[in-house]
Order: sequence, then structure tokens, then C-alpha cells
Amino acid sequence: MRGNMKNQTDYEKTEQRVRIRKLAGNIALYFSLTLWGLIVLFPFYWMVLTSVKSYGSYNGERIPAFFTLSPTLQNYLDAFTTVSLGRYLWNTLVFTVITTGIMLAVITLAAYAFARLNFKGRDLVFTLFLSLMMIPNELVVITNFTTITSLGLRNTFTGLILPSVTSVFYIYLLRENFAQVPDSLYYAAKVDGTSDLRYLCKVMIPICKPTLITIVVLKIIECWNSYVWPRLITDDPDYFLVSNGIQEIRENGFGRENIPAMMAAVVVISLPLIILFLVFRNKIMEGVARGGTKA
Amino acid sequence: MKIVLDHLTKKFPSRNKKERSEVTAVGDFCFEIPDGKLVGLLGPSGCGKSTTLNLICGLLKPTEGKIFFGDDDVTNLPPEHRGVGLVFQNYALYPHLTVRKNIQFPLENLRGEAKLTREEMDGRVYAAAKLVQIEGLMERKPSELSGGQQQRVAIARALVKMPKVLLLDEPLSNLDARLRLQTREEIRRIQKETKITTIFVTHDQDEAMSISDLIVVMKDGFVQQIGRPQDVYDDPVNLFVAKFLGTPPINVFDGSVKDGRLYIGDDAVLQVDGVPDRNVHIGVRPEGFLLREDGPLHCRMGRLEVMGRDVSVVSTHPGCQSDTIRSIIPAESNINTTSDIVRFALKPGKVFLFDRVTEARISFDVRA
Amino acid sequence: MEKQNFKGWLYLIPAILFLGAFMIYPLIDVFIYSFEEGYNSASQTYLGTGGYNYSYVLRDPYFLQALKNTFILVIITVPVSTILALLISIGLSSVKPLRNLFQTVYFLPYVTNTLAVGLVFMILFKKTPYSDGLVNLLINAFGGSSVDFIDGPYWAKMFVLCFYTVWVVMPFKILILTSALASVNQVYYNAARVDGTGSFRIFRKITVPMISPTIFYLVITGFIGAFKAYSDAVALFGTDLNAAEMNTIVGYVYDMLYGDSGGYPSYASAAAILLFAIVLTITCINLLVSRKHVHYTG
Repeated sequence: MRGNMKNQTDYEKTEQRVRIRKLAGNIALYFSLTLWGLIVLFPFYWMVLTSVKSYGSYNGERIPAFFTLSPTLQNYLDAFTTVSLGRYLWNTLVFTVITTGIMLAVITLAAYAFARLNFKGRDLVFTLFLSLMMIPNELVVITNFTTITSLGLRNTFTGLILPSVTSVFYIYLLRENFAQVPDSLYYAAKVDGTSDLRYLCKVMIPICKPTLITIVVLKIIECWNSYVWPRLITDDPDYFLVSNGIQEIRENGFGRENIPAMMAAVVVISLPLIILFLVFRNKIMEGVARGGTKA
Repeated sequence: MKIVLDHLTKKFPSRNKKERSEVTAVGDFCFEIPDGKLVGLLGPSGCGKSTTLNLICGLLKPTEGKIFFGDDDVTNLPPEHRGVGLVFQNYALYPHLTVRKNIQFPLENLRGEAKLTREEMDGRVYAAAKLVQIEGLMERKPSELSGGQQQRVAIARALVKMPKVLLLDEPLSNLDARLRLQTREEIRRIQKETKITTIFVTHDQDEAMSISDLIVVMKDGFVQQIGRPQDVYDDPVNLFVAKFLGTPPINVFDGSVKDGRLYIGDDAVLQVDGVPDRNVHIGVRPEGFLLREDGPLHCRMGRLEVMGRDVSVVSTHPGCQSDTIRSIIPAESNINTTSDIVRFALKPGKVFLFDRVTEARISFDVRA
Repeated sequence: MEKQNFKGWLYLIPAILFLGAFMIYPLIDVFIYSFEEGYNSASQTYLGTGGYNYSYVLRDPYFLQALKNTFILVIITVPVSTILALLISIGLSSVKPLRNLFQTVYFLPYVTNTLAVGLVFMILFKKTPYSDGLVNLLINAFGGSSVDFIDGPYWAKMFVLCFYTVWVVMPFKILILTSALASVNQVYYNAARVDGTGSFRIFRKITVPMISPTIFYLVITGFIGAFKAYSDAVALFGTDLNAAEMNTIVGYVYDMLYGDSGGYPSYASAAAILLFAIVLTITCINLLVSRKHVHYTG
């Protein structure tokens, strides 16, 4: 019995030790998670904060202040009037919409052909397509640059858009989704005399809408952030996209180094995607988890 | 080591978010499991048997009540300090480790005084593997083993740390029928050899009956009956237990007691003394029927199913709750299959009466 | 099923046209370019063929600088970001309250414009005549002296570049690892707990092997991505990366192609092919190494 009593207090000690360790572990865990959260969020906070400080007060701060009591929207006004931020945004919007639109048509047709139509050489072509996924963009950008230049398409939307309207990866993603639609639906539609194109529009596309939305959103993000190709192909500020615009602002800016106005421009550029993300949060994260890569 | 469950209760918040109700997975479970016994927790799915197992091993914490291992209160002790071995339903063998590494895994966790030398470890691993007869498979990966072999590895892994208690969650459910018979004998043998108090969960009454020292029948979170398998079968406390045990299942009739006599329809089938007049459910085990030319129970003949040693007579009666009555009689009985009517007498020991409302057992005196 | 030869190819025409013009033809062309010596982009003529472009690139100090920068970047950011992402994902998987909030916040950098947010990092780290910047303030608070991270010493610039790169690649890695962790059957953790396995041992012996294919995938894509680093550097140090000693291989390719030092597609091609060769070699090495350490469930 004595032995048991001793045993019992041992158990109590263990229980307590486990409880304390668990509590300490949880505190440490939440602390580290919050710390990383702050590291992620701080640049965003700082850019919004700086964008509402006046030019004078920002440059007057030898020690940067963590908040401001006299927020101003003057910088946003400057960002739209002194430099052509509105123009950059409009260009990017046009570029994004047209690129995404054409890409959707191209990849839907291709994915349908691979998933549904039965023709000679299909598997071989599909394998070739897949192997193209390994080709880095850096390798082909050089010739594309000379091609577009020799066609006289520099500083045009056509030149900007053409090389970005196909994506082997999205064709692959969509084909996999199309292939999951049961064959019986197709045969049923055929018996009813439905044409392939009609079947694609009325059956396949509605069924695979979630995947299509994911692809669209990922492509929008890619377009909005694209920098290298637009930089190569445009030197006329009338055709700058936001990434080139922001670089232009950084280098030639507002005639003087106006960091608050620069931050206002950064906020304006970042906001559309952040809103898009918050609306389509689950779709985006799911799509990226399924094999998206940082473009 | 004996295990005491003292008013053990586990409630889960309801999945229905609108109502803030709670679901009782295990309610007020009191039981003392004697040292060195093999206990089967038996019940239909969702009856709380797996929850009970998880409470005992410590993966779940009870809402109320206590758990004792021997005289020690382990209610709030995390699983790793309880010294239990647990075999999971799908075995949970680590797919990236070989059989040897899987079995060795728990031993490598030991620290301080308990830490083992390499030789001790090898010895223990070999002994456990030998016990379950998988010494020849040590270098294979789990994916290269059959279901039965995986099961043995899982048991070896649970046994290697010499647990005070061995817990098995549906140990046979992933095996095919033939392996199941073989493996349950195996579990019985291992338990006998090691003398470890063992609790296993199953929904298969056959499995529980055949190897357990004690069975616990559960329904909707509450214990219905605890006892030796034969005792529970012969003496069920309520209609649920009577229905749950036995294959083929018990036949249930609607009937009544009038003047000390038991009626099914108009047939007075049995003398039941000491029971006041009332309506009852009547349960008759398949082996409780005796074929008699002058038997009091008149059934409409259905068909015969010959099972070798026995013959199963399938017949119908308007008072029966199910479509058919299944009775088992010796194969050598003379059955007149041309007749429409088959008549039975009932063995009093195989007939149980239950309250129409509470479904609790009503006992009666058997007149010799 | 009857063949739909004509229709099949019809549906594929747009994709084949675009891919042919902007992927397959350029792919062949870039190899030709890289061996054409003395190419003149104005007259589109060349003097001869041979390996001169390669030897020029390999002797170009700017390329060697870019090569060095890229390797340092890769060697630092790939392990740091992968390990950090692994730790964060495991932390994330073991909490319930606030998990969604954390996940959303952590993913935010993925949807931001690299160039734009890079500017924020620049002003946080930059030392100007008016102010030393926020980061230096922090360093001063801990008793250190100010460093100019944007126009200052090499190691400081490299540090910012690595820091920003890690910040940018983390969302993707955290997301992929969290979903991999979520797909590990809880029963293995229960089994390990019942056996009294310590949490570090669970991590090393169960979690890591179980998600090793994912970790390996992230290491490979991480290597490839880091070798192609460019816009992060532009965001921090401006377009004239050679002057800042912060150029990367991809940056070198683009500079050769276009810009102040541009107009040499042959050199650009040679550099791009060298980069491709390096990435291919590293990926092959990764594949060989992984064979021993990655566990795939059949």
C-alpha cells in the first residue's frame, strides 16, 4: 500500500509536469506564430502608414514614428497626378483582362481536345506538351524579344500579350479536371445530337467551373505582377504596367525623392490583388496548393 | 493489472451548431476489469466502445469519472505515461520503417533509467516478433506484408514495451473471413502467454463471444450487461442484448401472459408461473425449438436449409416480429416437408420474456 | 470510338501555334544564337559559329559576380526558407484557435507585387541623410551601429536580398507544407503518443519522413526558383544591378539583351543556357540524393 501511495504522488507530479510543459509550449508556439505574422504584416502596415504621412512630416522624422496623428490623402493625389499611375493601372487592367481571356479560350480548347477527343497522335502531343513545362522562361525570352522587336510590336499591347496567352501547366490542370467528368455524360449528349462545342460550353465548363476560377485568379495574379517581359518590350511610359511603373517612379519619381507618395502608389498597386485574395481566399490557396508556383 | 472504471462519462459537443446540446458518447461506465483477463467491448457502431478504449489509453479525457490502473488514479495522465499498448484498427504501422524498426520504435522512446542497450533492445524486439511469429519478416516494409502479417506487427509493437494493459481497437475488422478466425485464436494465445490485461473492441458478437473472458455489451453510450459470454447469452438482461448476441439471431414474437400461460397468437406455448397478466415481447433462441407432432406453436412451413450437422427450419408465424422464424434442429430429425404446418414445442430455458415498453427482462419460474 | 482526327487537331491549333511560336521555336533558336559569334542585331548577321560567346560570358567579371551572388542567394535562402516554413507549418498544424487567421496572414506576400513591396523593404533598410531607417533604429536599440543595407557593404546588401527573398517565398512553402501535414493520418501521431514518443522525435522520425516527398518537391522548386532570382533584387537595388554588385544570372541575361549594356542576344543566350545547365545539374544531384532519403508510399 505504501508503494502505491508513493506511486500515486509520482503520477500527480507527472500530471503537473505535463500540464506546465504543455502550457509553456502553447505560449511559445503562439508567440512564434504571432512573431512571424508581425514580420509578414509589418511591411504592409509601414507602407500604409508612410503613405498617409505628409511629405514634410516624413522627412522631418529623424526617428520614424510608428503612427501619425495627422493623416493626409495628399500623397494619393500626387501619385495619380504627378506620375501617370492611373495610366499604369489601366494598362495593367487591359493587359490582364485580354491575356486571361485569350488564355482561357486557348487552354479550354486544348484541354478538351486532350481530355475528350480521340485523335491520332494525341498522347504523343500531350507528352510533348508536358515536357515543355520544364523549359524555363529565361531560355525563350531572348528569342521572343527579338521576334517581337523585328515584328515592330514593341510598345504595343499585342507585343505584351502574345507570348503570355498559353500555359502548359494550366492546360494540364484543366485536362485532369475535364478527364474526371464521366464519359456517360458525353455519350448521352451525343445521342441527343449535341455538338462537341456545345457540350464543352454547356456541360464541361459549368462542371469544371471551380478549377477554371482557380486558373483565372492565378493568371490574374501572374499578370498583375509580371515585370520582366513588360520591361523588355516597353520603354514608352504610355505602355508601362504597374511593375514597370513603380520602378519608373522609384528611379525618376516625383521629381524629387518623395517616399510617402511612392508608398501611396505602392498601396494603390497592391490593393486590387489583396482584395481579390480576401474574396477568393479559399479558391486561391487551394489552387496554389494543387501545384501552383510563384510566377 | 486490474483496471477500474469509476462512473466514466464522456460527452462531446453536438455537431449541430444551432443547438448547443451535448452528445453522450459514454455514460456512467462502472466496471472493474480483473487482472490478466481478456475483455471484449461489444456493441453496434456508434455505441461508445471506441471512445471507452480511447479514454482508457488516454487519447481522450473523460468529462466525469475516474480511471484507475491498479490503485493508481490515471484519469489525467497523458497516454505516454500510462504504459498501455494500443493496436489501432488500421494498425498505424509507420510506412517508412521496416518491421524491425516499427517494433523497436517504442523502445527507443525510453529515457533515463529505463533506457535500453542495443542488445536488450534487439532481444526484446526478437522476443515480441517471435511471440507473434513474424521473426522471418523483420526487414520488410509494411507495404510488403499481408493484412494478417501487418496485424501481427502491430501487436508486436504494442507488446514490446511490456505494457500493463493491451488495448485492441477492432483488431480483426480489416481481415478476410478465414484470417479472422485464425487471428482471433492467435490473440487469445498471445494473451494467455503474456497474461496482460487485454481489452478489445469489436462489433462482431461472434468474435467477442469466442475469445473473451468477459464481455461488455454497450448501446448508445451505456453499458447494457457485463458477464462471461455464456452467461450473457443464456441470461440477457434486456431485449437489446438478447438480439445482439447469437447467430442466427434470436426470434422475437409479440405475445401475452394470461393466467400463468404464455400466448403467441392463440397458441399457448409455455407455462410461466409468477408473471402477472400482461403483454410481452418473447425471445426464443433458434435452438429453443423442439419439433413435435403435438407441439403448441403452429407455424407455416417455409423451407429447410441443411447445414450439415444441423438443419435450419425457416417458417412464419403472424406473431413473429420478423418475416421468418429460424429454428435449428438436429439433422437426423424427421421433418415432413409436404405439410403446410410445422409444430414446435419450446425449451423453457431458451425463452425470454421482455417488457413491451422498457424491453427489460421479465423472469419467470420454470415448472419442471 | 471513332476517330476525330480533324476536330482534335482543330481544337489544338491555337495552343500549338502559340507554343510553337513562343516556346519551341525560341528554344531551338536560343541554342543557335549562343553559338553564333559576333552577331550584329542591327544587320542580323554574324561572323561565324563556335564557343566564343560562352568563353566571353565565363570571363566577364559581371557574369562571375552574378554567378557568385546567385549561388550565395541559393545556398542561404533555400535551406533557411524551407526549414523556417517547416517549423511554422508544424506550429500552425498544432493549434486550433486563430489557425485560419494565421494562414491568411502568412499567405499575403504571395499575392503582392514583388516590385512594389520591395520598395517598402528598401525604405525600411535604407539609410538616408535624414534618417537611418527603421531597421537601423532597431540595431541601435540593441547597441549596434548603423549600416546602410541598400548602398552599403556587400554583406549587408546580400543580407537584405536574402531576407526579402525568404519573405517572398515563404507563403508558398508554408501553404504546401501545411496541406501536406494535414494529409498525414492522425492515427500515426496517436500511435506514437501512446508509445511515449517525445515531440521532437515525433517530428524527426514520423512527420518529416511522412511528408518527405513534399519537402523534397519544395527543395527542388526552391533551388530552381532561387537560381532564377531577379525581380527581388531589382526591387531593392534598382535596375542597374551591376553597379550595385547585386546582379543575378537572370539579371545578367536581361542586361545583355536590353538596357544600357544590352544588344548582345548571343551573350544573353550563352548565359541563359549556362544557367539552364546549372539548374539541370543541381536538380539531378537533388534527385540522386533524394533517392536515399525520400520515402514514397506506394
